[in-house]
Amino acid sequence: MRLTVDGQAFDVNADPEMPLLWALRDLMGKTGPKFGCGIAACGACTVHVDGQPVRSCSLPVGEVTGAVTTIEGIGTEGRLHPVQQAWLEEQVAQCGYCQAGQIMSAVALLDQVADPTDADVDNAMGGNLCRCGTYPKIRAAIKRAVVLKTAGI
Amino acid sequence: MASVAKIARRTFLIGAAAIAGGVAVGYYYYRKPYPNPLEGDLAADEATFNPYVKIGADNTITIIAPRAEMGQGISTTLAAMVAEELDVGLGQVKVDHGPASYAYYNSAILEEGGPFAFFDESMTAEIVRAGMGVVGKFLALQGTGGSASTRDGFDKMRQAGAAARQMLIAAAAQKLGIAAADLETANGSILHKASGKSLTYGAVAATAATMAPPAEIRLKDKADWKLLGKPQKRIDMPAKVTGAPIFGIDVTLPDMLYGTVKMSPRFWAKPIKADFSNAEKMPGVIKIVQIDTNYGHGFGIIAENTWAAFKAAEAIDTEWADPEYPLDSAGISEVLKQALGTKGSVMRDDGDVDTAFADAPREKIVEADYAVPYLAHATMEPMNATARLKDGVLDIWCGNQAPTLVRQLCANAVGIEQDKVSVHTTFLGGGFGRRVEVDYALCAALMAKETAGRPVKVIWTREEDMRHDAYRPASVGKFQARLGNDGMPIAIDMTIASPSMIASTLRRLFPSISPLGPDKSIVDGAHNQPYTIPNYRVTGVAAPVSIPVGSWRSVGSSINGFFHEGFLDEIAVAGKTDPIELRKKLMAAYPAAVKVVEKVAEMAKWGEALPAGKAKGIAFTLSFGSWVGEIVQVAETPAGIRIEKVWIAADVGTALDPDIIEAQLISAAIYGLSAAMGQEITFVDGMVEQSNFHDYDAMRISQCPAFEVAILENFHKMGGVGEVGTPPAAPALANAIFALTGKRIRTLPLSKELTFA
Repeated sequence: MRLTVDGQAFDVNADPEMPLLWALRDLMGKTGPKFGCGIAACGACTVHVDGQPVRSCSLPVGEVTGAVTTIEGIGTEGRLHPVQQAWLEEQVAQCGYCQAGQIMSAVALLDQVADPTDADVDNAMGGNLCRCGTYPKIRAAIKRAVVLKTAGI
Repeated sequence: MASVAKIARRTFLIGAAAIAGGVAVGYYYYRKPYPNPLEGDLAADEATFNPYVKIGADNTITIIAPRAEMGQGISTTLAAMVAEELDVGLGQVKVDHGPASYAYYNSAILEEGGPFAFFDESMTAEIVRAGMGVVGKFLALQGTGGSASTRDGFDKMRQAGAAARQMLIAAAAQKLGIAAADLETANGSILHKASGKSLTYGAVAATAATMAPPAEIRLKDKADWKLLGKPQKRIDMPAKVTGAPIFGIDVTLPDMLYGTVKMSPRFWAKPIKADFSNAEKMPGVIKIVQIDTNYGHGFGIIAENTWAAFKAAEAIDTEWADPEYPLDSAGISEVLKQALGTKGSVMRDDGDVDTAFADAPREKIVEADYAVPYLAHATMEPMNATARLKDGVLDIWCGNQAPTLVRQLCANAVGIEQDKVSVHTTFLGGGFGRRVEVDYALCAALMAKETAGRPVKVIWTREEDMRHDAYRPASVGKFQARLGNDGMPIAIDMTIASPSMIASTLRRLFPSISPLGPDKSIVDGAHNQPYTIPNYRVTGVAAPVSIPVGSWRSVGSSINGFFHEGFLDEIAVAGKTDPIELRKKLMAAYPAAVKVVEKVAEMAKWGEALPAGKAKGIAFTLSFGSWVGEIVQVAETPAGIRIEKVWIAADVGTALDPDIIEAQLISAAIYGLSAAMGQEITFVDGMVEQSNFHDYDAMRISQCPAFEVAILENFHKMGGVGEVGTPPAAPALANAIFALTGKRIRTLPLSKELTFA
């Protein structure tokens, strides 16, 4: 099957039942999305399909019809996405393992709601677990990202 | 407190030190430095000064931060220690974890392993502490734990930076023909102001590294620090916001295979039946092998991708032997309760407790039974490791908290010498004590024996991870206090029974060594608190349940903080004393503790009236050398109890990076609150019932309270940071819930009795 991931086309020879996460990680070399639970309960594997956040650990690769975007496709160290820039400035990450998923959920939120309320943040981010407890800084970083995006950074 | 002779007779158990098992070496060996492990692996034009510093001719400066980076920011703070004295900025250096080496032994990890409280500075306690540091070197355990990394590194890593700087100046002095005293350093260069001449460190590094290290090392005064004591940008942050491949699970090697494990869900039990026929036929499956280690028995599945391995693991048809421990949680609880009635080890015994209770009037007695469950670590990154065994050489890639242990035990398992094993330590997607264990590395090493030299990345499912942990032990406590006429306690008697994590750890790591003496971790956080009570006894009993238990963030203090501080709250209520005032009176001999409690009370405006439906609770625990008070405010809402706000005051002695310390205190509090709110590991039919985050969840962002943190530096010794916020979190929450509802909950998790919003 043919997939577009981070703007690049891949020919993937996989069991269509294989979750998108494992196709990305093992077959396409995209290790940015992380394996956390395998049952869509922690959000570490979050990627976008046509801009919508999905849990790639529970989406069979055979059912993917749109363009996939991972954390590796939204920005690079020299040119960060405003959400990544906000994460850096707020020094959000601790162990960092869940952060790719957190950032992808936050990017999708801000694409849909320019200036989210606390309740919007709770709803959009509630599926992303963090065992280091970086939640207070995630809240601060989302607020900062709103400002950075508005300023066109 | 006990004399040295008495302690020698008692031979207390000190975590990993018990692993020493007959290591007997003299003073000479202790003084002799370990060889510099960087020497064997230098790039061309690269010079090394000591195990912590490498400088290239192009002025690339590499600092080795040899502790597990599991989120606690240790790589940044350790690098800052070296950079401070080397006189370079953190942005100018590369930071590496470095190889597994005895040169990176952690002596501080054992210093508080004796039976003394942190504040006990008697000659006996100090002699034992110094001795434990020596044991740390004998064992040469390169470990990350005990909130000990900054305390261990503080002198030796600053000295490493200062020594390298002095050698670089001496080499520049020689080259320029200018006296060393007339040279200055800044940003990786050596300058002579008068003549304007300058040389980079790189230009003189090769010569400097051949010079004798200085006999006397001058360290900067605290007042002159440029990096330490100030918040630094974490060196790991750019990689962590871009999804860079920095974790064990991201390791990718040419020709790599994939795998997973299916280990016995009954600990220690062997398979009595195993049918691979369906699994072996599945597409992508290469081989299924038996795995036997000191952690247990089961199977390794080697495949062309992770998904194929996961599917095949499900398809193996097995039956497992019966367990050697009670089948269910009720049976395990019964063993713990029975242990309370057996003879234990008295770890604190002030005054005469029996006499104090003998004539106590009934109405002056407070009694309570407490219990906490087994807990899993549930790191975000499931256990995994990558191994390659080729031409008699084993390479292991994994996040781990003990590289020298990984090297030693994997060498044994595969049957090669340790010098044929290289451990490549990655960043950890959470540790919390789980990666002190080496089971994930052993499984990968054994599976690498079956792949004809190809590397194999072995990733556990979340279900395997949840059901094969070295759990925080369950524990039960029976407590009694006698109050005086003023409501203050005259006597407290605490007995705590729990499986011994030291004995359990030895069984997994060094089964030939028998545990000796009492296990301090059973009472840690209860017997060593800064309270003066005339008759004060704390007894620990090791309960015979062999489910594997180990270090879980703050270890014994995670249990006993809840027990001790919950019971103290009950004493305050029974004696009609304010819980802040009660603590301040009992702590009067320890001014650092009093100041912490005063500070947190002031921050939270303790004593001011709250609106109806809201209440606060306080707890205090001294652990890993830091004095921590927490106040939790809860509110009654239609959806259940909401944790609104948490105030934390912590005296860490010397605060090396205030931002990282604040982040750790909040992190540790959330870790403790998550467990208190809803986590428990339970057993049915000899197997763990929970399997994933749907039945073993943690606090979510919507439940996260606001935090306010104050960092104090009143005590004269430095304390740890990574774990110390956990112990007071659960009791402060339970005490707040009592204040709100009048319901005293003595058994965790609290979700058995109420709902959280």
